[in-house]
Amino acid sequence: MIADLAQGWPILSVTTFLPLVGALLILLTRGEGEAVVKNIRRIALITTIVTFLVSLIIWAGFNNGTAEFQFVEKTAWIGDTITYHMGVDGISILFVILTTFLMPLCILASDVIEKRVREYMVAFLVLETLMIGVFCSLDLVLFYLFFEAGLIPMFLIIGIWGGARRIYATFKFFLYTLVGSLLMLLGIIAIYLTAGTTDVVELFKYNFPVDMQFWLWLAFFASFAVKVPMWPVHTWLPDAHVEAPTAGSVILAGVLLKMGGYGFIRFSLPLFPDASAYFAPLMFTLSIVAVIYTSLVALVQEDMKKLIAYSSVAHMGFITLGTFSFTEQGLQGAIIQMVSHGIVSGALFLCVGVVYDRMHTREISRYGGLVNRMPIYAFVFMLFTMATVGLPGTSGFVGEFLILTGTFKASTIATFFAATGLVLGAAYSLYLYRRVVFGELVHGDLQDIEDLNWREKVTFLPLMVTALWIGIYPTYFTAATDASVQNLVTQIRTKIAANAAATPADAPEAGKTH
Amino acid sequence: MTTLSTDLALILPELILAGGALFLLLVGAYRGEGSAALVRFGACALLVAVLVLTLCGGSAHQLGFNDMVVVDGFGRFMKVLVLIGGLVAIPMSVDYFRRAGSDRFEYPVLVLLATLGMMLMVSANDLITLYVGLELQSLALYVLAAFLRDDARSTEAGLKYFVLGALSSGMLLYGCSLIYGFSGTTNFTDLANGIAALGDKGASIGLIIGIVFLVSGLAFKVSAVPFHMWTPDVYEGSPTPVTAFFAAAPKVAAMALFLRVLTSPFGEIAAQWQQIIIFVAVASMLLGAFAAIGQTNLKRLLAYSSIGHVGYALVGLAAGGEQGIRGVLVYMAIYLVMTLGTFGVLLVMRKDGKPVESLADFAGLGRTNPWLAFVMAAFMFSLAGVPPLAGFFAKFYVFIAAIEQGLYIVSVIGMIASAISAFYYLRVVKVMYFDAPAGAIDSDMPLASRLVVTVSGVLVLLYFIVPAPLVTAAGVAAKTLVP
Repeated sequence: MIADLAQGWPILSVTTFLPLVGALLILLTRGEGEAVVKNIRRIALITTIVTFLVSLIIWAGFNNGTAEFQFVEKTAWIGDTITYHMGVDGISILFVILTTFLMPLCILASDVIEKRVREYMVAFLVLETLMIGVFCSLDLVLFYLFFEAGLIPMFLIIGIWGGARRIYATFKFFLYTLVGSLLMLLGIIAIYLTAGTTDVVELFKYNFPVDMQFWLWLAFFASFAVKVPMWPVHTWLPDAHVEAPTAGSVILAGVLLKMGGYGFIRFSLPLFPDASAYFAPLMFTLSIVAVIYTSLVALVQEDMKKLIAYSSVAHMGFITLGTFSFTEQGLQGAIIQMVSHGIVSGALFLCVGVVYDRMHTREISRYGGLVNRMPIYAFVFMLFTMATVGLPGTSGFVGEFLILTGTFKASTIATFFAATGLVLGAAYSLYLYRRVVFGELVHGDLQDIEDLNWREKVTFLPLMVTALWIGIYPTYFTAATDASVQNLVTQIRTKIAANAAATPADAPEAGKTH
Repeated sequence: MTTLSTDLALILPELILAGGALFLLLVGAYRGEGSAALVRFGACALLVAVLVLTLCGGSAHQLGFNDMVVVDGFGRFMKVLVLIGGLVAIPMSVDYFRRAGSDRFEYPVLVLLATLGMMLMVSANDLITLYVGLELQSLALYVLAAFLRDDARSTEAGLKYFVLGALSSGMLLYGCSLIYGFSGTTNFTDLANGIAALGDKGASIGLIIGIVFLVSGLAFKVSAVPFHMWTPDVYEGSPTPVTAFFAAAPKVAAMALFLRVLTSPFGEIAAQWQQIIIFVAVASMLLGAFAAIGQTNLKRLLAYSSIGHVGYALVGLAAGGEQGIRGVLVYMAIYLVMTLGTFGVLLVMRKDGKPVESLADFAGLGRTNPWLAFVMAAFMFSLAGVPPLAGFFAKFYVFIAAIEQGLYIVSVIGMIASAISAFYYLRVVKVMYFDAPAGAIDSDMPLASRLVVTVSGVLVLLYFIVPAPLVTAAGVAAKTLVP
């Protein structure tokens, strides 16, 4: 069956580097004619679809029952200790699929890009390779390589195909992220020197001294907090989102932000459990500030993209909240919420893109009454608005519910404040929807606006199906994460318990003599 | 103990280089101005031969000429880098000098002599050898800087370099005499033994002052802060191929000298000089990061960038030990490739027959010449240290050493400086890709420079696939310096 297809060949490497093959093919094309551009689009679309299909084989062959890494590949790379080590488990598999799933839709949505199509597609395909690599790598240096290299294509995507203030936005994006990542690099080097390895699987077994954990945690925090982004280092995100082309926004919200949340779950929690527990109140505070503050900011936005960008920060606040609750529900909720947010906010950016392509403005007041002219669009937009609000039956509900359940166990106060964020979230989302879609059609130039075309319908359909699928039957997705999340929680508890037993006695030898 | 023949065999590559350079000089002198192509070809062939000979030579630790010269794996590694720098500098210059109307045979000969001086520097095991090598190199470089003798900027650069270089040589020499005065020897091996014998009493104050002067002189040669002032002016004024040569080979050689002097004779009293190096490294990284931000001339920008990069390499020296030396070696090797490639791009580009220097000339290069812009962007990201490009690995190994030695604050400062410097590297990318094109560049690009750009571009881009060989080679070389 399909499940057996996944065995016996380096499927993760193939999935990771397949987009690069497409990029090379595109580079081989010559000329600037219309036919050539069409071919380039076609190559990019086919490459991303094939990559998605290959990643489905991983999904099919994935064994839900184990927390072990699967499809592991390991080859020597730098010296003996830093290896090319790839593998997926329940925590990363969904992100790999999410990436490969969103990419073809992004390529479809990029039909409106007309300048320098070749470079555009190459940048996106290279970016896909790097994103998949981030979620598959099981070596810290390899992870860092993919993580950081992703900045280059994104820098170019925003800078070349972005809006009016694109240069400011892209520099801000690059430098913010770079500062954070460089500090993480120091942390990685320190880990390498202390534990003698950068292999994640080996490091999971290693227990860092508690006082060292704090510094390492902070170093990793610097990078992931910027990437998530957490308040107060979130300011690059609205700028980057507003200026990025539609597909760039989708990838930014859909996948790049998830790298931060993934990093917390994959590295910060299991490697530095004591520090994570120690800093959990800080994370709760920052998350709650993010949820409430950015929701309020979102309420007063005049620009549709900016509003959704701020809503992303608020949603990511939920995710960090769930992550640091140290409960199975919280962590699972964080993962599902990340996937859901990837799909829903990606779709919302596409919704903005649809009207922007027609009217060339994102100002909310320039719209209104679209439901009269674009009924299908109104329906699609409504579905995703409901999903972002977290209406039961949509993907947003599952994630938020699990997160709040998990967090309730850890801190009722935090949950209380986070829940107010839900109300605010409903407020700004519905307010946006009302202003854009409902009401009278007052602007004359909207009279002739056309409803979704075929390409756009095809782009939205898979997103709608998945958003509902996660909402109605989440078990299909949570089943994959169950074992790994359980294992993670046990691992954290064991390590904390071991360190707690060692610290007060302050002399393990004395303990043995009993 | 050693006979003359074994001594001579030890420095066979240097002998061949010296003899060859003098022969080529005679060829040039007798055949006149028309002999430039012939001499150039001869010089390249000579460098290739010496390179092969050096590569084949043993890496065992050997002393010769009454311990004044040392041949070891470390020296071999550095010599190979220096020779590559020299070898690339000659063909890259052809087109430039031909257009400037001064395609003369002296250029390859001077490069050969400078390279010879650098090889001697790398092999020095005595303060006298050190000084002789350094001066041979410097004198040739002074002339090279002023090679366009009718060009005011070039002669100014040469004169500036000479005056300041002479000052630094003086300081260095003064340091040497102090060291000799307080230890009674100029030999590295004897110095090391003498200092080791002193044990806990440590070095005398005179010796330390001597080391400070020596370090000042060397810091000048690698253009580290606070002895960096000459760099931007000389880089900007010198003919571009000469600047490319300056930025590559002499830096490597001076860094080799730096490493050898501080680790082999004065390794025992590392605590005395480590703080100086830390200061110099931190100051260089920060100055390199901040001062380049406002530059609009690319050669000047690269001058400040090179100051910053020397700072990073010096972090490895400050950390010391095998890891630290390995870090510096990896750094210098990668830096050499990046620098030669970047200057290669500058040499490839011409607008209406005129060489390109200003950042504005790069505007829209991403559209007018996508491949060249792509390679240049790769060099810029690599210089900024963004993975997966080679420059990242250079920084990675240096900071491994720094953190191992507990230089946490230096590392954090280095990382912050690295993020700041990313700004101006990104600016070059921005100008190339985001700005509107400002006129196309000439399509007839010089072949040699194009080759250099291609090869170094491929190395920088694909280094991450097989990073191990360079690191292993540097590790082996570092071991010979730190037993």
